Amino acid sequence: MLNFVIRRLLQSVAVLFAMSLLVFVGVYAIGNPVDLLISPQADQADIERTIAALGLDKPLWEQYRIFLQQAVTGNLGLSFQYNEPAIRLILERMPATLELAFAAMVIAVVLGIPLGLWAGLKPDSFAGRAIMAGSILGFSLPTFWVGLLLIMVFSVELGWLPTSGRGPTIDVLGIPVSFLSIEGWKHLAMPAANLALFKLSLIIRLTRAGTREALLQDYVKFARAKGLPARRVVGVHVLKNIMIPIVTVIGLELGSVIAFAIVTESIFAWPGMGKLIIDSINALDRPVVVAYLLVIVVLFIVINLVVDVVYSVLDPRVRLSDTGS
Amino acid sequence: MSAAPVPADAPESPYARIARDFAASPLALGALAAFALLLLAAVCAPLISPQNPYDLAQLDVLDSRLPPGSTGADGQTYWLGTDEQGRDVLSAIFYGLRISLGVGAISTLAALAIGVAAGLAAGYFGGRVEALLMRVVDLQLSFPAILVALILLALLGQGIGKTIAALVVVQWAYYARTVRGTALVERGKEYMEAARGLGLPASRIVFRHLLPNCLPPVIVVATVQVAAAIALEATLSYLGIGVPITEPSLGLLIKNGFDYMLSGKYWISFFPGLALVLVIVSINLVGDRLRDVLNPRLQR
Repeated sequence: MLNFVIRRLLQSVAVLFAMSLLVFVGVYAIGNPVDLLISPQADQADIERTIAALGLDKPLWEQYRIFLQQAVTGNLGLSFQYNEPAIRLILERMPATLELAFAAMVIAVVLGIPLGLWAGLKPDSFAGRAIMAGSILGFSLPTFWVGLLLIMVFSVELGWLPTSGRGPTIDVLGIPVSFLSIEGWKHLAMPAANLALFKLSLIIRLTRAGTREALLQDYVKFARAKGLPARRVVGVHVLKNIMIPIVTVIGLELGSVIAFAIVTESIFAWPGMGKLIIDSINALDRPVVVAYLLVIVVLFIVINLVVDVVYSVLDPRVRLSDTGS
Repeated sequence: MSAAPVPADAPESPYARIARDFAASPLALGALAAFALLLLAAVCAPLISPQNPYDLAQLDVLDSRLPPGSTGADGQTYWLGTDEQGRDVLSAIFYGLRISLGVGAISTLAALAIGVAAGLAAGYFGGRVEALLMRVVDLQLSFPAILVALILLALLGQGIGKTIAALVVVQWAYYARTVRGTALVERGKEYMEAARGLGLPASRIVFRHLLPNCLPPVIVVATVQVAAAIALEATLSYLGIGVPITEPSLGLLIKNGFDYMLSGKYWISFFPGLALVLVIVSINLVGDRLRDVLNPRLQR
C-alpha cells in the first residue's frame, strides 16, 4: 500500500514537472513574453525594469529554473488588474468554486442514484423511459444554454431566483460559504443545478446499467428465492454491488465539475476561480492565468491520486502494483 | 468486421446491410434527415438567408431588437426577430451554422488523421513509440477537454484557426486510443499474419489491411466527437475566447444575446441556441444508431 502511494506520488511529481514545463514553454517561449507578462499600459522604463526583474535577458534554461523556483515558493507575480499576488486572488476564490462543485455533485448523487435505480428496476415503464430520455437530453444540451434557459424561466419570467452573484456569505472556520442562509441557497440553487445536470445524467446511466446487470446475478435471484422483501434485495444486495463504479466516477468527475464550473460561473457571475480565469484571459492578465493553470494542475493531480488510492481500498480486486500502463 | 455474415441465398454487401439496419430505426432516420437539412442550410446560407447579416448596408438600426414575426421598416418579415443592430436572427443563424459546422468538421477531420496515424503507429509497431504516445494520451485524457482547450486558447489567443487547433489537440487522443486498441487486437489475427507472410511492405499492410479493419469503431467515435467539438466550440465562443466577433458561430450569437435576455428579449439568444441543440442532438442520435449497427456483437 505504502509502496503504491509513494510510486503514485513520484508519478504525480513527474506530471507536475511536465505540466510546468508546458506552461513555461507556452507563456515564455511562444510569442514574446514581454507582451504576455507586462501590462500593455507600461512605459519603456517599466518594460526594461520588468525584463531585468523577470530575468528575460538570461538564457532559457536559467529562466525556467527561476520560474520553477518562484512557482515553488508561490510567487507567481502580481495581477495587472488587481495589483495583488496572483496566487492569492486564485486561492481567495477557490472556496466559492468548491462550494458550487460540491453542491452540484450532491444534487447529482442524491437525485441520480434513486432515478437510475428506478429506471434500472422498471426499464420498460413510462417513468423508466422518461428518465432515460431526460438523461439523453442532459448529455446533449450544452451546459451554457441550459443555464440561459434557467435564467430566462426562473429569474426573468417567474422572478423567483436572482440571476447572478453569490449573495451574502457566512464564515465557517474563516471560509465564506453560501449554504447557511436562505438568501445564499437562492443564489446557489440555479448554478448548482446547472452544473449538476451533466453529472446527473451520467450517474443515472451508470446506476441504471449497474442495476440491470446486478438483477440478473445469482445472488439477487437467491435473495429473492429466500423470500427477502424487494426493499432489502434492492437496498442491500443490488445497491451495495453497484456502488464501486459509482463512487469511482463521482471521484473522477469532481475534477471535471471544477473545470466545467468555469462555464457556469461565467453565466451566473458566480465569484469563483472559473469566472476569474475568464475575466483574466479577456483582460490579458497573464500572471493570474499562469497561476490558475498551476493551481488547477495541482488540484487535478491531487484528485486523481486520491481517487486511485480510495479505489484500491474500496475494491480489493484492484492490484496495487502499478502496472504502468 | 470486414464482411458481415451473409446468408448463402441472398448475398448482400456490408454497406447495404449497414444502410438497412440503420434505416430500421425511424428516430435515427429522422435525425439524419434533420442533420442533412441543417447542413444544407449552412452550405446554402447566402442563397436562402433573407439578408446578408454582415453587410452593414442591409441592416436598419430602426429595426433593432424586434420580436419574432415583426415587420421591418422595408416591409420584410423577421420570422425570428432581430438583434441589437437590426440584424435578422434567422439569417445570422444560417451564417452561424456555417461557422459552427465548419469548425467542427475541419477540427474533427484533422484530429482524426493525426489520431489514426498515431494509433496505428502505436498499435502496429509497439515498443517505445507506443509507450511514449500512450503516456501522452493518458496524461491528456486525465484533464477535461474544456480545460485543455481553455489553457491552449489562453496561451494562443482568440481566432478561428486557433480554435480549430485547440479542438484538434483536445480530440486527437480519443482517436489514437481507439485505433490503438483495435489495432492491437487486429495485429494478432490470421489475415495480418498472412499479409506479413507474403512479405508485403509495412506501409501496405498498415494502410490496406490494418486500417480498413480499424475503421468501424473510429467512425462511431468520430460522430460523437463531431457533436462534442461543436458543443465545445460553442462553449468557448460563449466564454469569449473562441471565434472572433467578426465571424460569429452559434455560440457567439448566444453570448451576444445574453444581455438582452435579462430584459425579456429572449429571441436573440434562444433561437441560435435551439439551432445548436438541434445540430448536437441530431448528430448524437445518428451516432447512437451507428454504434449499434457497426457493433459486430449486436449483429444478427
